[in-house]
Amino acid sequence: MANTVKLNIDGIDVSIDAGKTVLDAAKKLNIHIPTLCYHEDLCVAGNCRVCVVEQEGVKNLVASCAMPAQDGMVIHTNTHKVRNARRHVVELLLSEHNADCTKCYKNTRCELQDLAGEMVINEHMFLDLVPDKNYTIDMLSPAIIKDDSKCIRCQRCVRTCQELQHVSALGVAYKGEHMKISTFFEHSMYDVVCTNCGQCVIRCPTGALIEKNYLDDVWDAIYDEDKHVVVQTAPATRIALGEDLGMEAGSIVTGKMAAALRRLGFDSVLDTDFTADLTIMEEGTELLTRLKRALVDKDPTVKLPMTTSCSPGWIKFIEHMYPEYLENVSTCKSPQQMFGALAKTYYAQKKGIDPSKIVSVSIMPCTAKKFEANRPEMRDSGFQDVDMGLTTRELAVMIKQAGINFKELPDEKFDNLMGESSGAGVIFGATGGVMEAALRTVYEIVTGREVPFENLKITPVRGMEGVKEAAVKIENVLPAWSFLEGVELKTVVAHGLTNADKVMQAVKNGTADWHFIEIMACPGGCLGGGGQPIPTTPEIRKKRAEAIYREDEGMAIRKSHENPEIQQIYKEFLGEPLSDKSHWLLHTHYNARKRV
Amino acid sequence: MPEIKELVKGLADKHGRNRESLLPILQGIVTEERFISDVAMAEVAKELDMSAALVYGTATFYSFLDTEPRGKYVIRLCKTITCDMKGKKQILKTIEDLLKIKVGETSKDKNFTLLETNCLGWCHKGPAMLINDQVFTELDEDKVTEIIDDYIRNI
Amino acid sequence: MPNKKLKRVDIIFSEDCVYKDVLAESLKKSNEDILKDILDSGLRGRGGAGFPTGLKWKFASQETGEEKYVVCNADEGEPGTFKDREILTRVPLKVFGGMAICAKVIGAKHGYIYLRGEYKFLKTDLEKALEEFHSFVKELGFDFQIHILMGSGAYICGEESALFESMEGKRGEPRNKPPYPTISGFRNKPTVINNVETLVYSFMICRIGAGKFHELGTADSRGSKVFSISGDTPIAGIYELELGMLLEDFVEEFGDGDTKAVQVGGAAGFCVPRKKFKDTIIGFEGVPTGGSMMLFNSSRSMYNVLKNYVEFFEEESCGQCTPCRVGCQQLKKGIEAIKKGEKSAHYLDTLQKLADTMKVSSKCGLGQSVANSFSSIVDNFREEMIY
Repeated sequence: MANTVKLNIDGIDVSIDAGKTVLDAAKKLNIHIPTLCYHEDLCVAGNCRVCVVEQEGVKNLVASCAMPAQDGMVIHTNTHKVRNARRHVVELLLSEHNADCTKCYKNTRCELQDLAGEMVINEHMFLDLVPDKNYTIDMLSPAIIKDDSKCIRCQRCVRTCQELQHVSALGVAYKGEHMKISTFFEHSMYDVVCTNCGQCVIRCPTGALIEKNYLDDVWDAIYDEDKHVVVQTAPATRIALGEDLGMEAGSIVTGKMAAALRRLGFDSVLDTDFTADLTIMEEGTELLTRLKRALVDKDPTVKLPMTTSCSPGWIKFIEHMYPEYLENVSTCKSPQQMFGALAKTYYAQKKGIDPSKIVSVSIMPCTAKKFEANRPEMRDSGFQDVDMGLTTRELAVMIKQAGINFKELPDEKFDNLMGESSGAGVIFGATGGVMEAALRTVYEIVTGREVPFENLKITPVRGMEGVKEAAVKIENVLPAWSFLEGVELKTVVAHGLTNADKVMQAVKNGTADWHFIEIMACPGGCLGGGGQPIPTTPEIRKKRAEAIYREDEGMAIRKSHENPEIQQIYKEFLGEPLSDKSHWLLHTHYNARKRV
Repeated sequence: MPEIKELVKGLADKHGRNRESLLPILQGIVTEERFISDVAMAEVAKELDMSAALVYGTATFYSFLDTEPRGKYVIRLCKTITCDMKGKKQILKTIEDLLKIKVGETSKDKNFTLLETNCLGWCHKGPAMLINDQVFTELDEDKVTEIIDDYIRNI
Repeated sequence: MPNKKLKRVDIIFSEDCVYKDVLAESLKKSNEDILKDILDSGLRGRGGAGFPTGLKWKFASQETGEEKYVVCNADEGEPGTFKDREILTRVPLKVFGGMAICAKVIGAKHGYIYLRGEYKFLKTDLEKALEEFHSFVKELGFDFQIHILMGSGAYICGEESALFESMEGKRGEPRNKPPYPTISGFRNKPTVINNVETLVYSFMICRIGAGKFHELGTADSRGSKVFSISGDTPIAGIYELELGMLLEDFVEEFGDGDTKAVQVGGAAGFCVPRKKFKDTIIGFEGVPTGGSMMLFNSSRSMYNVLKNYVEFFEEESCGQCTPCRVGCQQLKKGIEAIKKGEKSAHYLDTLQKLADTMKVSSKCGLGQSVANSFSSIVDNFREEMIY
């Protein structure tokens, strides 16, 4: 079979690899064909029919996203027949859709609205079906709102949940006029296996799946003079926020983001990267402790491999899908929750502020963080540790609402006390980053030497491959760690819950001998999180990752244990990693959940 | 619900535990229980190690895989035009009067559910209906009354 | 256009055929000879779409790979069609025989009958017949097993790729095509899927010879076919007729003297009004049918007929593609609104255009064929839609 095929689109010849589609070929020619159900990350559905084109010699139109490009094809993308059909398709979708656009969270950011605009649809051609539909809105989850009245049944969410996340909390139910996207027995998203990862949210073309926003709550807190509002920003926000504010993907906006937060009126602008570094101290020590108990004490109760715990989507996944492995999960809270617990204890003490007056806000690339902040066990400070979790997108909205010209902002620094971080904290935002940060610290604690990779770049754990294995031989250790002499530390990194599932299957089958597993729920890690700017595509994820590693290399401090504020907090407050105080504030437990 | 658990397990033992076993298992549950409850569906998902939402989505696709409680006898009256032309509406009314239920409802004693269905494939002998898996054709008021009375007597 | 006189034939249900002899002899023939017979006969699929059966078999036989399947589509659900039930009741062994011959040609070891849930009462008898069949093929030393899978009440599963999805335990949602079943069918393996009637005709062609079959019918529509005749007719039932007759002759034979329209091919087919009876050939050169012939006399409201059809499609659409899912709802609500006077008669033209879009842009045959009945009824009985 030939490796390339030649076809003609709108009078122009084009060659393309065999196996590619007519849509791919049109893209190559810069011919824009509208799509709705198509998404680069997902398998082809071919069900919205908005991408239909005319193929010479074929009576019916063909869906360009699903039609393989073939030798000799002659395609027309802009004929009367095509225009009529596309317009009808959009009109039909609108007739089933609650098109109350001005009251929609996705207003001006909706693919259906864009298409309707492009087609200049001024009045509706068909009958409004919405009044007869009995649509429901599910607002029970603190993370995700599912509004069936906005759904166009493109099934991007269903494919996301199945293909990328191996969860299938969402499926297609019923048929014909009643066909809908549904959870198990139409239960609330809050009551089912949903991990709150928000990957469906970043792929939903309309407002059918959106994050629950806390914009007004945050504004209210900011305007309340009685409150001291602290804000933390996750590693992956600073390399993506710019996309929602008119900047190119891959722009690093750390300084502008700090400046914007200050202008919004937050009383203290702090950094989750600080608690990312703290996580490394706690989790690294936990790993070494588990290894010692296994290797020296021969303690049969110690659970290895140990997995990371910073991704709340992953935590909910394992609670539902592999509850028998919950003891393998590090007891460390996520950086967001460590920050929250410290904001109302350590920070409050140092600043002399009544913790009941502190409002703790987080800016996260994540929707699952909203659920995590609302977990009942996340109240160790005596208050809800994190009061409101916002997505990167919500922060962008606030910046626009405040009339801030983001692009022109000067670079500013984070405030002191929980604002300092290392490059190791920054790379938490990319898949493999926690592993790399942990290895930088653990290796040095054990051997007294830097990890043996050029410029601290542990390349085997970087990149977008779904499952990445890396082994580090530990030699010439410091006397205290003699039990690790000659041990080859085996690690694996997975991102996207489908890959997580592969790793857990290997653990379950006993075919794996890893010591330490890093799992991030979202493809690409937090940089591809469900709270990040829309769209997120493979290309954009790549650019964000490059930005994260650029940011790391530009940092003065690259290792968590060298962060002076980390050293300070242990000296002044926590004592040492895994101390009683650490356990009280920085560690947690998990709950087995049903898989329905 | 230990019986449901046993039933599902038995069906999985018989039909297998892969995705292809799903329809036969769901059909088996309907044969025994007349409908597939949430508990039964969750149990199927567990046995087949698959998402419960996908089990639900599959079950709700098929008209005969009822997901609401049904009576011991499910009456499905064909509503295709050819049966309609031969007096289906009168048959429907007769059944409704006999059982004191409307289409879509189940009798209080849980013995009968009355549904309409698409073409049963007896267009030359309409009106036609199914009671569970049994076919009745060329119905008229007397005939359908006799049939239903028969069922009532034998409950 | 040359047409044939209406003629009853007796091939499918003929008693003279000893299935064992035909099967034993056919299995001794070379695949090339069998393929040549099926191709030469001109047999086209009897489910409605009419793809040449011999070509299907040939394509699948050319595919490499050990795992291939023969699937018998017994998900007869088209309103007005009941011939497959009759065939499976009366001559099931001929159906199995057709499957076995196809299996030999393409190299399949397993065959499946996908039987619609509405015909569950047939299952026990079919299983009994299968026992006999399996012991006979074993005697012949031919490695082939037929399994019965049950549908559960979903018209769309008669669409071949939806049927595979259903066999795989999923929602019966049609797949994108290409690839076609002969390359990627059940379990994504090369599969021949034929209608019940097609399989029996294949078997009977092996019995009577391609020539005898080819003599019947017209250039585009060779042979005979089993018709399911219902509606306003004094002699409703199953009839095997030579293809290519004029609808006029058909109505004369089967009508009640007052026939105003015939719906040819079920809800997915075309409505032919009285004035066109004399110009309409039943066959692929005229109006094709999977067998359903519904007759309506002048007492019938064509609005009710159309509403019954669009309601059917609205329910039975799988719902995945926009034109079909929403289009069916719009067509139904649209004609209701016009009838009630809530929409003007001009709205019928909008709906006609919508039906055209559904025809050219729906993902599968279901959505594509809604326009057949819609347009032909609205075109020919426009005033009945309005007043």
